[in-house]
Amino acid sequence: MAATVKYDEVETGQKIPAVEYRVRRVDLVRYAGASGDFNPIHWNERHAKAVGLPDVIAHGMYTMAQGSRFVTDWAGDPGAVVEYGVRFSSMVVVPDDDNGATITISGVVEDKREDKRVVVTLTARSGDSRVLSKARAVVQLS
Amino acid sequence: MPLNRDFVGRTYESPAPYEVSRVKIGEFATAIGDANPIYHDRRAAVAAGHPDVVAPPTFPIVFSLFGTGDALADPDLGLNFAMVVHGEQRFEYERPIHAGDELVWTSTVEEIRSVGRNEFLTLRSDVSTTSGEPVCRTYNIIVERGGAA
Repeated sequence: MAATVKYDEVETGQKIPAVEYRVRRVDLVRYAGASGDFNPIHWNERHAKAVGLPDVIAHGMYTMAQGSRFVTDWAGDPGAVVEYGVRFSSMVVVPDDDNGATITISGVVEDKREDKRVVVTLTARSGDSRVLSKARAVVQLS
Repeated sequence: MPLNRDFVGRTYESPAPYEVSRVKIGEFATAIGDANPIYHDRRAAVAAGHPDVVAPPTFPIVFSLFGTGDALADPDLGLNFAMVVHGEQRFEYERPIHAGDELVWTSTVEEIRSVGRNEFLTLRSDVSTTSGEPVCRTYNIIVERGGAA
């Protein structure tokens, strides 16, 4: 297992270009099934509104998974991620239409550590909101 | 209602080993929209140096909370599920999870604290193989909105 990104070719402060990830209601239904998280706020508008939410919202773990996808697509190997954490700072509201919501993720190489490891911080936005904070991954480069 | 601090330090064992299958990894990867062949194709995973298809980094969420449901539902804890949101999540990996792993874990209520009007509960799960090889640690912070008010 090895990342395709080489440690020596990465600079602190280097930006990783933004990628947009679409999330529609059907994606949340599929994620509910695969993850086992059937909380109705993630698929039932009536229930979501009854508990004070604006509409159905995405699973935080769905957004977090897009963040790790962003990192592993950059690094080239899922096995290269040695640590990954986020804080869920805002909701991703997913309307019942064909477009759904968009999560835009970008990254910065914040630090180069020993053992060819780097710290990547992520910014994740949906609409006007920053949906993750303190989002960072430690990645083993080659 | 504030959460019962007596729960801090309590541990819970996984109910039974979780068998990681290629099918489940593929299903999870498809659900997050990730077509990386290392998740879907054993040959691609082996070519990349893995023993079998590996699981996406957030895959441990599928199993790591099993065994703690009873603890969180214990009326003595005082958790109002209707007000619970996911606050933070963190994973530390010793190695990637791959198909064929049989995993067990111990979950610990690591901390309960109040922040403003909310109650924060940190649950740590130490995941290893049935033969005792450490695989990962997960940290799950749930927030009970208004619990500390």
